[in-house]
Amino acid sequence: MPILQPLGRTFLIFLQATGRIVLFTATSVSHCLRPPIYPRLIGRQMIEIGYYSLPVVGLTAIFTGMVLALQSYTGFARFSAESAIPNVVVVSITRELGPVLAGLMVAGRVGAAMAAEIGTMRVTEQIDALDTLATNPFKYLVAPRLIAGLTMLPILVLIADIIGVFGGYVVSSYKLGFNPATYLKNTMDFVEPQDVISGLVKAGVFGFLVTLMGCYHGYNSRGGAQGVGAATTNAVVSASILILCFNYFITELFFAR
Amino acid sequence: MTSPSPETTPKIRIRGLHKSFGDKVVLDGLDLDIGDAQSVVVIGGSGSGKSVLLKCILGLLTPEAGSIQVDGEEVVRMNGRGLERVRRKFGMLFQNAALFDSLPVWENVAFGLIQGERMERGAAKKIAIEKLAAVGLGPEVGELSPAELSGGMRKRVGLARAIATEPEIIFFDEPTTGLDPIMGDVINDLIVKCVRQLGATALSITHDMASVRKIADRVGLLYDGKIIWDGPVGNIDTSGNPYVDQFIHGRAEGPIEMQVRAI
Repeated sequence: MPILQPLGRTFLIFLQATGRIVLFTATSVSHCLRPPIYPRLIGRQMIEIGYYSLPVVGLTAIFTGMVLALQSYTGFARFSAESAIPNVVVVSITRELGPVLAGLMVAGRVGAAMAAEIGTMRVTEQIDALDTLATNPFKYLVAPRLIAGLTMLPILVLIADIIGVFGGYVVSSYKLGFNPATYLKNTMDFVEPQDVISGLVKAGVFGFLVTLMGCYHGYNSRGGAQGVGAATTNAVVSASILILCFNYFITELFFAR
Repeated sequence: MTSPSPETTPKIRIRGLHKSFGDKVVLDGLDLDIGDAQSVVVIGGSGSGKSVLLKCILGLLTPEAGSIQVDGEEVVRMNGRGLERVRRKFGMLFQNAALFDSLPVWENVAFGLIQGERMERGAAKKIAIEKLAAVGLGPEVGELSPAELSGGMRKRVGLARAIATEPEIIFFDEPTTGLDPIMGDVINDLIVKCVRQLGATALSITHDMASVRKIADRVGLLYDGKIIWDGPVGNIDTSGNPYVDQFIHGRAEGPIEMQVRAI
């Protein structure tokens, strides 16, 4: 059965990779929970992930909110349902677009940078140097990034939610002729705590996934510049796919009836 | 290679070490003893397994078989806090220095003190500046980033980092590779000075014969996964071993066959 052989081999490679990622995750999480903790390194990563991602996440959010209002208007005008625009914008942004787009943007910016930095450390023996200096690389490199990703993404998404809704408000008020006060009132009346909370939970999970993939692929990179390049690509691709995958399951967890 | 007398426990004792990568056998039953405060240099061609030997001793690679004892304590398959405790005995100068790009030079030197020994940063910086002075670098270098250093300066900073915690054992991985002969000699002198001052045990790997003659008490030739000759550095020119003769004279013809593919 020559066709089954490569299929089986691919499946075994997939299982092997999954096992490696699970082990890497378990080791990383255990180091996040056990002292010593490095507050200085966690702080530096929080600034790197949170503060420096603000412009890109903010721009993504404002244009997404603006486009959403415009598209909803052209669609809803056919059914004379324009008044639902504030509701559509706020629910779409808080539940889906805020966390998913912020997650993808951070995967591109931060996940790639982490994989490149840790990958370069691996191929230039800096990780071996950490070991010989009696410092666990998981504790020093991986744990601070995971903690920062897990905590900063929800904050970024909360800001993205506000900016996204503001984008919809600007377009609706100044271009589509909505009353600004009514638009805001409708938004606040319609949005529920669960909408925002589900988005923040997603953001925490996505932040963890992005940093985990960046660290995993960087830590396991091999073979010089080419290996670091491959690690960077793999980090972004795997994080993006995992974000979309986990987005479905978390949505199902919160909203499936 | 058995230099220490039988009644004394060697600082490092290696027996029957095997390590392979796939089908490629790199270490094939290697035996090596390194006595306390002795400077041993292992020579051998590129790809002969010298770096693998160092990484096995440090626990960065796990051998398939064999024993490695440090101060009589078995370290193969040791992990967690036990391995961390043993590693505190070691300092290492890496081939390309392996300085941390994200930290200034002084913090690189003080890294083992701050992270490993939990020393307060101010006190660690003071020691780092002293260690930089010991390798001939001024305090202003401490504020630079590793990217701003020349190859020779990087090696010196790497050496300062290796001796900062005053380890009992220091490893030197190709300490003069990539340096001009004069800078290579400066590094060799610094290695001899630092090792003597600390009274440390040193294991170096290199294929630079000038370096061997300067820093070694004993020399071992690694070939085909084993130490096939060892002896005091003074005997290297009169060893009568055709492998050693070929290596120290750098001849292409001889019993050591380089794996080159015909064009």
